[in-house]
Amino acid sequence: MKKYMLDLKVAANERLHPNYCLLKLRGDEALPEMHPGQFVQVRVEDSPRTFLRRPISINYVDRERNELWLLIQLVGEGTRHLAEARVGDSINVLLPLGNGFTLPNEGDTQKLLLVGGGVGTAPMLYLGACLKAGGFTPTFLLGARSEGDLLQLDAFRAWGEVYVTTEDGSMGERGYVTNHSVLKEKRFDMIYTCGPKPMMMAVARYASAEGIACEVSLENTMACGIGACLCCVEKLKDEHHVCVCTEGPVFNIEKLSWLN
Amino acid sequence: MAELNVNIGNLKLKNPVMTASGTFGYGIEYADFMDISRLGGIFVKGTTIQPREGNPYPRMAETPAGMLNAVGLQNKGADYFAEHIYPQIKDIDTNMIVNVSGSSVETYVECAERIAELERIPAIELNISCPNVKQGGMAFGVTCSGASEVVRAVRKVYPKTLIVKLSPNVTDITEIARAVEAEGADAVSLINTMLGMAIDAEKRRPVLSTITGGLSGPCVKPVALRMVWQTSKAVQIPIIGLGGISSWKDAVEFMLAGATAIQIGTYNFVDPTVSIQVIDGLNDYCERHGFKSVREIIGALEV
Repeated sequence: MKKYMLDLKVAANERLHPNYCLLKLRGDEALPEMHPGQFVQVRVEDSPRTFLRRPISINYVDRERNELWLLIQLVGEGTRHLAEARVGDSINVLLPLGNGFTLPNEGDTQKLLLVGGGVGTAPMLYLGACLKAGGFTPTFLLGARSEGDLLQLDAFRAWGEVYVTTEDGSMGERGYVTNHSVLKEKRFDMIYTCGPKPMMMAVARYASAEGIACEVSLENTMACGIGACLCCVEKLKDEHHVCVCTEGPVFNIEKLSWLN
Repeated sequence: MAELNVNIGNLKLKNPVMTASGTFGYGIEYADFMDISRLGGIFVKGTTIQPREGNPYPRMAETPAGMLNAVGLQNKGADYFAEHIYPQIKDIDTNMIVNVSGSSVETYVECAERIAELERIPAIELNISCPNVKQGGMAFGVTCSGASEVVRAVRKVYPKTLIVKLSPNVTDITEIARAVEAEGADAVSLINTMLGMAIDAEKRRPVLSTITGGLSGPCVKPVALRMVWQTSKAVQIPIIGLGGISSWKDAVEFMLAGATAIQIGTYNFVDPTVSIQVIDGLNDYCERHGFKSVREIIGALEV
């Protein structure tokens, strides 16, 4: 896919949570095609201690408004600076980067489970929307520490059924996503997941044990985002290092060495 | 338009702006963002005779105005390069230069011989300054005898333009530059990354898998500029300056300090089109100051 460097305008900056903001960026021209699971590299300007771009997954693409949504977790100075963007500000992005999730073939009747935790719920929204548009009915399983940490629930509900776990039991079932009763009640053919690595590993172990195909989205520390610097590598089962930015960020768990 | 062409030995560059090894892939990674044939040259990823997996993850730590890397020369080897990558890049209308590395004099020589067979690769950059490999790499670049030995051996088998990339992690870079000049190097490029380190205070652990890594980016520019200036006083062969260049102004400074050409490295990650802006900016600078050719500013520092 052709990659672009674009200056997008901040159309909205919604502080959904003390540690998360939702940036809606509008293009002057029609935004290019983007697949769910792909990411963008956001330039952070006028933040003296921030040097590199910040890789952010595509949260949603609103074609009617020509907007790209980025759900940003405030981790360090770079992301905190981005969270201060004002409506009308220009933000430079490289996009679309990496390979997204594998979508089922049209007409398949697969039951699809989308598991997200923390900021890893971000790409699940756009994936769910694209699956729904393709005639599928995705099921979402979202995990968080507490009720207040579950973001964009109404947006998720527009595309499929939503199940929730919280660590403190303040919403949905108490515990981790891999303990949720829906996994016992329903049979899924494919699981997509993004979130903290321990969560994704637990999901991958579950999927592997149940014989369910599973794709995970990694977020290794990266510099260039386009396969030039070789910093963000993951060692695959075949012992070779590959760049997460170009070979991923989405990988089938069969390729990873996690379960060895 | 000012004349922007310069020569590095027999190598003709359409302009002095090139991209540094390890920051620009094989050039094609950047082709969506810019016309890569506008560059004076592209130094492709460090290549060794045998494939290398590089160092374990994590390999990168951001710093204010720069970054540390510990990639460790991951590449698929010279044969893979010749068979699979060279055909894709050989017709790009610029100088495609291969950065050659090794773990012993013999492996440097073998790799240089393999690359010499490739008709459209007019030059190699001998990397005797990689701080991220256990054997070879920087070990050859930090003593005059090591640098002399490897350059002498490669010079015997490599007839085209031989550029030697120098390490800043030495007491006196001019001694190393003189040593490689004496062995027949056509040019030197400097600086490679500076040895550095990052610590995660919360975890009380190093950030990089290798503990130490190579520092690059605008934070190293003053050091690089100083070393280019000192080296330009010490040798007659052309100097290719690099280290933290992020704008045309930086490029002008390196050329005033004595560099015939420059490379842009880490800043490609921040702005993939920076090198094009530097070419245009050099032209504007020459026109504004009445220089007919960019060659007039090489070593033109008034002290």
